Amino acid sequence: MTTRIDARFAELAKQGRSAFVTFVMAGDPDPATSLDILKALPKAGADIIEIGMPFTDPMADGPSIQAAGLRALKGGMTLRKTLEMVRSFRKDDDATPLVMMGYYNPIYIYGVDKFLADAKTAGVDGLIIVDLPPEEDTELCLPAMKAGLNFIRLATPTTDDKRLPAVLANTSGFVYYVSITGITGAAAADARAVGEAVARIKRHTELPVCVGFGIRTPEAARAIAESANGAVVGTALVDALRGSLDAEGRATAKTVTAVADLAAALAQGVRGAKQAAE
Amino acid sequence: MSPALPNSFRSGPDERGHFGIFGGRFVAETLMPLILDLEKAYAEAKADPAFQKEMDGHLKHYVGRPSPLYFAERLTEHLGGAKIYFKREELNHTGSHKVNNVLGQIMLARRMGKKRIIAETGAGQHGVATATLCARFGLECVVYMGAVDVARQQPNVIRMEMLGAKVIPVQSGARTLKDAMNDALRDWVTNVHNTFYCIGTVAGPHPYPMMVRDFQSIIGIETRQQLQEVEGRLPDSLVACIGGGSNAMGLFHPFLDDPSVEIFGVEAAGHGLTQLHAASIAGGRPGVLHGNRTYLLMDEDGQITEAHSISAGLDYPGIGPEHSWLHETGRVNYLSATDEEALEAFQLLSRLEGIIPALEPAHAIAKVMELAPKRPRDHLMVVNLSGRGDKDVPQVGDILKGRNK
Ligand SMILES: Cc1ncc(COP(=O)(O)O)c(C=O)c1O
Repeated sequence: MTTRIDARFAELAKQGRSAFVTFVMAGDPDPATSLDILKALPKAGADIIEIGMPFTDPMADGPSIQAAGLRALKGGMTLRKTLEMVRSFRKDDDATPLVMMGYYNPIYIYGVDKFLADAKTAGVDGLIIVDLPPEEDTELCLPAMKAGLNFIRLATPTTDDKRLPAVLANTSGFVYYVSITGITGAAAADARAVGEAVARIKRHTELPVCVGFGIRTPEAARAIAESANGAVVGTALVDALRGSLDAEGRATAKTVTAVADLAAALAQGVRGAKQAAE
Repeated sequence: MSPALPNSFRSGPDERGHFGIFGGRFVAETLMPLILDLEKAYAEAKADPAFQKEMDGHLKHYVGRPSPLYFAERLTEHLGGAKIYFKREELNHTGSHKVNNVLGQIMLARRMGKKRIIAETGAGQHGVATATLCARFGLECVVYMGAVDVARQQPNVIRMEMLGAKVIPVQSGARTLKDAMNDALRDWVTNVHNTFYCIGTVAGPHPYPMMVRDFQSIIGIETRQQLQEVEGRLPDSLVACIGGGSNAMGLFHPFLDDPSVEIFGVEAAGHGLTQLHAASIAGGRPGVLHGNRTYLLMDEDGQITEAHSISAGLDYPGIGPEHSWLHETGRVNYLSATDEEALEAFQLLSRLEGIIPALEPAHAIAKVMELAPKRPRDHLMVVNLSGRGDKDVPQVGDILKGRNK
């Protein structure tokens, strides 16, 4: 099984560079603006897009992404509408990998089999579900693999060598290394420590390793992209979006460009990195 | 949808932390290694007679156990049916059953070398118990409490601060217990290397529901013995209120395999089951939150909805996973009491028995007022009086004053 994710990493390897991975919350601040942002991201240089599935109780997210999810929910976003958004995006872009990221309950309530079928036909390539560790693989990970979707696992600083094989066992697409013990939007990652962690993970897997949490600037993205196969930026983009809203939290004429401009600058940072040692 | 009946209702959870389909370990990878460590440390402690012995000593001399089993003579007379006994958990040091569990977890934290303790709290009773034992053992203590609860349970906030704990008012969501638990989990993910999360009820990822149940089971074990001494037999029924379900599970668990014992859990029906409430079994369905699969209040999209109860300790849109399983197997009957019913029971008990109950067990008393009159005089009914009402006196006083104007 080759997904758009596999194809994209193969292509980037040929180009000799790392991936710029963006995270945005589906439906933030409203479904139409959110779709426009999604469409603008590949043009701004995003190689892979993570789409947040809004949830009321995001226990691994900091204030920025919590607020983004609540804005989206207030704007009427649902999992069904998030899948519609993916379908609309796919009408003009059949290459950019889309990864849905969030928490399990909305998927569980939607129905696992129905969700996987609908996600696959909509054009989703992978899933990152924060509250499904390997211990709960039978819930969604194994069915997702069978349905042809990548299940991308998070590895963290607390995932030691003994545990890594279990974390990597049913992972596909890429490995997402969470560079800090903490929630999104917290402390910045130290590039050297990250480099060591990435090297450690690479001793256990052939999969690309992307790094996220705590990357906010083009310089930081570049430093991370020198050791990892991808740098993920979320909170900084969500903050740029929030900064463009009006006093009532509605989108303005500047909202899409605020996100796209920052994405373009971050993409330049990633492209300026020396190729990760393979 | 009823699963096949098990041989025993007391053998759960399985090695993966499941009670039927409920429970599990739905947490971020950052926490997983620690949760596995905790499970191991708890298994070792449980098998270590020195741990049990130390715990028994603290339970006796610090907490003041055993708590009395008291015949509520005037309430029994007033209701004219079942003979009602109170398990007086409100007499424990710190004023509720919460301390039983906190003692166990703090001793475990010490065993694991953790120096920083965090907790979530609703009514503040779990927070007070945690702050108390952290003071007793010289540990740093941080308590997350919804801003709404900080306002309505002021006496407990003041107590926690006097005990040296840091109370952090949580501003997200409905600013009640669920949100406090979210922020406690976020703290834990961030400070996992030195922090022990002392969960206040039989919820959260495995092994918490099992471990908290075990620590609280002292309630039912004592009840069994005490009733044997005075009545020479088992109770006919048990009644307890349910927030997450720890005082209820503590009373129920030792009796689950005695089929003659009828068991009633009482959820908070708030303004009524068709309006805002906190009764997750009556008004919810299975979902995944805070580390476990259990009955939850939510909308069609799987978004968790806000709960409401007059009682901060019951104001939670979920319930411990073992209760969900006991509901589906039919072993325990889950009822609910409204804010109004609880207030009425609160006043009745104060005047009839000279015991001001916390608003939480007032929900249990409210259902006793319905159940007891329908049962014969030789029916033995035990109610868990899980906490005392001192913390609620200002809030209830204001409500009643407003009405008498
Ligand atoms: C006195 C008292 N009873 C009951 C509860 C509800 O918790 P649980 O259902 O875990 O016993 C609380 C929670 O704060 C409480 O303070």
